[in-house]
Amino acid sequence: MEALTNRVKPVDRRKMNFWERIYLPAVVKGLSITLKHFFKKKVTINYPEEVRPFSPVFRGLQILNRDEEGRENCTACGLCALACPAEAITMECAERKPGEEHLYREEKYAAKYEINMLRCIFCGLCEEACPKDAVYLSETFAPANYQRKGFIYGKQDLLIPDPKTDPEGFAKAKGSRIKHPQGHGNEH
Amino acid sequence: MYQNQILLAIDWILFTEKLVLIIVVVMVSLFVAMYSTYAERKVAAFMQDRVGPNRAGPFGILQPMADGMKLFFKEEIVPNFSSKFLFILGPILAMLTAIMVSAVIPWGDKLFIFGREVTLQIADINIGILYIFGVVSLGVYGIMIGGWASNNKFSLLGAMRAASQIISYELALGITLIALLMITGTLSLNEMVAQQKDNLWNIFLQPLGFLIFLICAFAETNRTPFDLPEAENELMGGYHAEYSSMKLGFYLFAEYVNMFLSGAVMTTLYFGGYDIPFVNDANLVHTIGQNWVTIIEGAVFFIKICLFIFFFMWVRWTVPRFRYDQLMNLGWKILLPLALFNMLVTGALILLRQNHWHF
Repeated sequence: MEALTNRVKPVDRRKMNFWERIYLPAVVKGLSITLKHFFKKKVTINYPEEVRPFSPVFRGLQILNRDEEGRENCTACGLCALACPAEAITMECAERKPGEEHLYREEKYAAKYEINMLRCIFCGLCEEACPKDAVYLSETFAPANYQRKGFIYGKQDLLIPDPKTDPEGFAKAKGSRIKHPQGHGNEH
Repeated sequence: MYQNQILLAIDWILFTEKLVLIIVVVMVSLFVAMYSTYAERKVAAFMQDRVGPNRAGPFGILQPMADGMKLFFKEEIVPNFSSKFLFILGPILAMLTAIMVSAVIPWGDKLFIFGREVTLQIADINIGILYIFGVVSLGVYGIMIGGWASNNKFSLLGAMRAASQIISYELALGITLIALLMITGTLSLNEMVAQQKDNLWNIFLQPLGFLIFLICAFAETNRTPFDLPEAENELMGGYHAEYSSMKLGFYLFAEYVNMFLSGAVMTTLYFGGYDIPFVNDANLVHTIGQNWVTIIEGAVFFIKICLFIFFFMWVRWTVPRFRYDQLMNLGWKILLPLALFNMLVTGALILLRQNHWHF
């Protein structure tokens, strides 16, 4: 029969000779291997002090974006909820009142916007569906929580910091993630 | 009347001196055992390309304290199907016998304090090595009683394994020692060290004997590859399966104390005890004085023991556990004949030397 891989190692069933039967050479060989590992560089990353960099296409927690003037982009069109295969997104819309132009970019906005992070599979389809560049995935992930209700993220959890009052927080939340990487089929 | 009074008189200075020495030795043994647990975890981690405990204090140096605290705070469970008295006696015996060995080990030469000559050995008894043997074979009672009293089949299996393992390996151990004793001609550990100070270390006279002794020491201290009595993955901890809190701590601790002291015994018997290698100790005494030499000797002894402890750990994280029949085969069919052969050859050579190498 043809071997499936070139790494097949046939079992040697010959009788061991005296040298092999006293085992001590083999034990010494094993000891030398473990000693070599003793001085090797450790592969551990000490997590809270050292953070492994995310991939540029990492898809983390969702964020609700604002424009340069700090107005919310979302118009509560519902396309993200429609695109979501895990049905994690719900929203309620409201109409912008006169005098709220500095809060919302367009006439319609999301009064309530919730993502259930226990359902979310971080596929990024909401980001692709969004016509207003309002929802996209960031470079963080959901912290642990003791209760299920803690994982239902509302608007206050999702909104990005205001770029006018907190430009640093805005930049940090926005991150350096590549939003439309080459070859994901959505280049145009 | 008068005579009686003299007979009963106690040398209080000697008494305090020995008491202090006992406290120091026990404390040091326990301290080393405590940090052996830390070292074990670090060595294991390093050999597996990990970093090991590094959260409690710098480099995780406080980890043993944290572990100890944790053990103290655990619930003390005495199963109600166990024999309560024996259940509590088990860990006590294990710890007691482990520590008792330290009494006859010479930790260094003599010190001169306030004009008194203080030997760094708790009891220089002339049957030192026999005493060690007696105590070490008592050690199995701690495990046996604990395993029996737990009234649980896995514990009992572990205890049975421990008993038959220690009996099997004690034979080979004893016979290798006979060969050593034929060379040294003394049972006193202090004298053995003195002989090795002036001549070659015994390892060069008894290499095969040392190898057998080493393997048996692994078996006696229940270290991998001979840790069948506690085999975590077959017996769920073996004899200490039912133990919790500090009683479990005592068992685990006793193992490390045993490791420390068997390192000390092997150093004393085969590696010149507290002898400083490559240095003539007697000359050094003239240049820097007895007290300093003694302190250096103590440190050297300690380093030798630490190397042994490292070796114990190194082997543990390299060699997998034996199967039980392999263990018995090794003990009875290989080590015992080898030890006998070693004894025979040693005896023949000694006889030849006495005859000035004429048959």
